[in-house]
Amino acid sequence: MQKLDAEALFQTLVEQMRPHVTPDTALVGIHTGGVWLAERLHPALGLKQPPGSIDVSFYRDDFGSKGLHPQPKRTDIPFDVEGAHVIIVDDVLYTGRTTRAAINELFDFGRPARVDLAVLVDRGGRELPIAARYCALTLPQPLPASQNLQLETDAAGALTLRLIDA
Amino acid sequence: MHNPQLNKHGELQHLLTIDGLPRDVITAILDTAAPFTEVAEREVKKLPLLRGKSIFNLFFENSTRTRTTFEIAAKRLSADVVNLNVSTSSTAKGESLLDTVDNLCAMQADMFVVRHAASGAPFLIAQHLLATGRDHIHVVNAGDGRHAHPTQGLLDMYTIRHYKRDFTNLTVAIVGDVLHSRVARSQISALTTLGVPEVRVIGPKTLLPTEVERMGVRVFHDIREGLKGVDVVMMLRLQNERMNGALLPTPQEYYKVWGLTAEKLALAKPDAIVMHPGPMNRGVEIDSSVADGAQAVILPQVTFGIAVRMAVMSMLAGQQGSNK
Repeated sequence: MQKLDAEALFQTLVEQMRPHVTPDTALVGIHTGGVWLAERLHPALGLKQPPGSIDVSFYRDDFGSKGLHPQPKRTDIPFDVEGAHVIIVDDVLYTGRTTRAAINELFDFGRPARVDLAVLVDRGGRELPIAARYCALTLPQPLPASQNLQLETDAAGALTLRLIDA
Repeated sequence: MHNPQLNKHGELQHLLTIDGLPRDVITAILDTAAPFTEVAEREVKKLPLLRGKSIFNLFFENSTRTRTTFEIAAKRLSADVVNLNVSTSSTAKGESLLDTVDNLCAMQADMFVVRHAASGAPFLIAQHLLATGRDHIHVVNAGDGRHAHPTQGLLDMYTIRHYKRDFTNLTVAIVGDVLHSRVARSQISALTTLGVPEVRVIGPKTLLPTEVERMGVRVFHDIREGLKGVDVVMMLRLQNERMNGALLPTPQEYYKVWGLTAEKLALAKPDAIVMHPGPMNRGVEIDSSVADGAQAVILPQVTFGIAVRMAVMSMLAGQQGSNK
């Protein structure tokens, strides 16, 4: 696989999203990578609503077999979901189960007018009928299940993508 | 020694007592409770975690607050909750505790929340489940005799951490009827496990257990002396219903000497918080001006109790996969 330049992908994502957002569009990042991305996207897109964050631990479909994720984070939706245009932001799109959980959780805060999905990388391997409206890179070959693509950030907020053997 | 509360992976299987619970398990429960506090502010105050699970509230002793907060915690996790009103149940007709449990297991129970006047009743149920190969069913002790009330102890720790952040520089006073109090035992275990350097126990000799010092606490028989400079005042309820014999003169006399008044509270640190597990006897162990005062965190304790019970139930239910 070619080396992934996360900062370049981020710029691509910003250009893809820019024509479709208004200042009232709201971002919700999925912990943890998606939250970093949303924090960077927010000023880059000039949005007014403060970005929200979602930890899907309480909505996962594998609770029955895997149990509760240790140290769940707080879900924080600082804007009114009712009637809002919301873009869910995640770093990597894989099976689609996390996105499903995030959509379910979002609806417990109200009825949004529209929900889109923005991701940095689509690694393939979907198990649900979910697609990203904004996606900086779709891998030509799905990544094998033995590998993990992980977003990392440094103190200055600079993004890097790392491939890890799970 | 094998801890019957933990499974072979060191995860919580039952919650029976705080005594012997490792510090990292207690901390994990408090950490897990934190995000649950936010659920109450949502439009839909429900999470899907325990969807399809059946939780039986088995209360052989009266309780309003504890039973209600367990019920609301289970319902916010989408579980099905059945409250057994024991006075109208088969137990009143002579059915034994374990027969009741067996019958509820036959109804596919996933969890029992048990309150019983006999110390050790939840242990007995947990052992019975293990002996009969039904260890996928979880038991939560909601107060047994004078022994333990672990979720109360945990919600008290959550409350202290919420207001004071760090346990390792605190002086905490537990005041009143320690002898009859399962809450006090759970509080002392939790405070010492979490590293509180000074836990004080304040009460008349007749209401303190003998050799209470061996639990690692400092004993005071003078409330004014004991309250000096403390960060947290944990009041206990005077348990009239558990008293046999003349341990006390009269409630009025008790109030005069041991009741927490604004004047006595002034001896504690100015930012000290006042806690009470409820139900309060106003004008006996606590004065109304203190109970309703700015330093009281008694109602937040109730709210935090829901989140802590949600955390305990979801951690227990989530261990199922690992023992199968």
